[in-house]
Amino acid sequence: MSQDVCIVGIGIHPFGRTDGVSGLDQGVFAVREALSDAGIDWPAIQFAYGASDAAGNPDTMVERLGLTGVQFINVRNGCAAGGSALFSAQMAIASGQYDIGMAVGFDKHPRGAFDAKPAEYGLPDWYGEAGYMVTTQFFAAKIMRYMHLHGISRETLARVPEKAFRNGAKNENAWRREPMDLEAILEAPMISDPYCKYMFCSPGEGGVALILASEKKARELGKPIVRLKAATMRTRPPGSFEVFAPSIDVTRGGTSTQIASRDAFAQAGIGPEDIAVAQLQDTESGAEIMHMAENGFCADGEQEEWLAEGRTEIVGRLPVNTDGGCLANGEPIGASGLRQVYENVLQLRGDAGARQVPGDPRTAYSHVYGAPGVSAVTILER
Amino acid sequence: MTPIADGLFTDESPPRLIGGQDRESGRIVFPCPVSDRYEPVPLKREGTLWSYTVQRFRPKSPPYEGPDAFEPWALGYVELEGETIVEARLANVDFDAIEIGMPLCLTAVPLNPAEEPPRAIPAFEPVLEKERSA
Repeated sequence: MSQDVCIVGIGIHPFGRTDGVSGLDQGVFAVREALSDAGIDWPAIQFAYGASDAAGNPDTMVERLGLTGVQFINVRNGCAAGGSALFSAQMAIASGQYDIGMAVGFDKHPRGAFDAKPAEYGLPDWYGEAGYMVTTQFFAAKIMRYMHLHGISRETLARVPEKAFRNGAKNENAWRREPMDLEAILEAPMISDPYCKYMFCSPGEGGVALILASEKKARELGKPIVRLKAATMRTRPPGSFEVFAPSIDVTRGGTSTQIASRDAFAQAGIGPEDIAVAQLQDTESGAEIMHMAENGFCADGEQEEWLAEGRTEIVGRLPVNTDGGCLANGEPIGASGLRQVYENVLQLRGDAGARQVPGDPRTAYSHVYGAPGVSAVTILER
Repeated sequence: MTPIADGLFTDESPPRLIGGQDRESGRIVFPCPVSDRYEPVPLKREGTLWSYTVQRFRPKSPPYEGPDAFEPWALGYVELEGETIVEARLANVDFDAIEIGMPLCLTAVPLNPAEEPPRAIPAFEPVLEKERSA
């Protein structure tokens, strides 16, 4: 990057269900928190990128924040929407064109699984009539194959929500804050084998805002310097396995995550072994497990041992999803990827309270993945 | 039964699924897209189970058009060697007996048996030992 980009302000509206507060207002709440954290007022913001999938046009929030004439671009990019907003925002500063701006994401989804129509995915109507427009089926078939190939047990699948709810209990902004033991998770009603109800996250609500600035500007503001060392967003290579696929290629290929991760590490000039804390997309238990390997943190199959030994706990060698991840926070699509970065900034500042990763972490990694095969990765360094 | 859509099954007996082969790359997909780029090709009747799951709750309607009274059903991805891996229902097999790698052959099941006439959707069922050795 031509100019280092720093994160100088963070704000969040609690995740979960907030009746009576629109998605947009949750976004505005997060923006005000972030401005206050950065110690600036709204007119200081030179540009904004806003992500929302189902809660309206983000740029309409200028009505609430002030009609300063600010450049405000809306981003829709499936589950990578927040990551894409952040990627765009950092480019505006890295290019040298702007000194300070914002990435904001919010959403508010109705209860229940996401609604998807065959035509929106280029699929014939019969595919939906036959009962295949169901995201949980895809996630289940994907992990079933992975478990078969790499010896992952169902107990390991249950360790992921067990950890998520335990971490979520330490996060005042999380949705699910009740710890749950392994047995109870394993015995819960099956949704789509091998997954039971606690192994899937739910669509939800929430908002997150991040203020980005050049290093020069960050020093003027007197904030702890948290540098965005890498931000990548990638689409899928041939032979990946994505949601709503009536057929997949016999020649299997890589994933968008592998490419986004590889390129992010190259940009940052460090490797997976250098990361102190990671937030990995965990829309279902198996996602966290597969993404540990796809992002280069372990080999396929090693997760069995890693989770049994607690290596991804807050006090483990590589803490993963320290804020409870999607499993404990739910998934408001526009906000989800930015929540991960919010958590990483807290961890790097040493402000994560009861869930603070010990040992003064200096590097943090975030990863989102979504339909139809998009991934976004960031690496932060203090 | 009548097929749920045109262009899924061949007219022969027993039928085969119709895939689409990319005229340039040779890649085969299912179903055959409505596009000059793809040439319709009949797919192998037999394959092996690549992965699977069981649908335990009734999918939302619309678009789902199965019976109102829901009974869980299994679906799988079936690898047709050298061609493609097809998503379809798994029929005539207990959920507990489903195993990745098991040999399967093409059949069809009614989406809703109470409909008149019922609409047929692609399915695969276990290949019986005696049929395999025959």
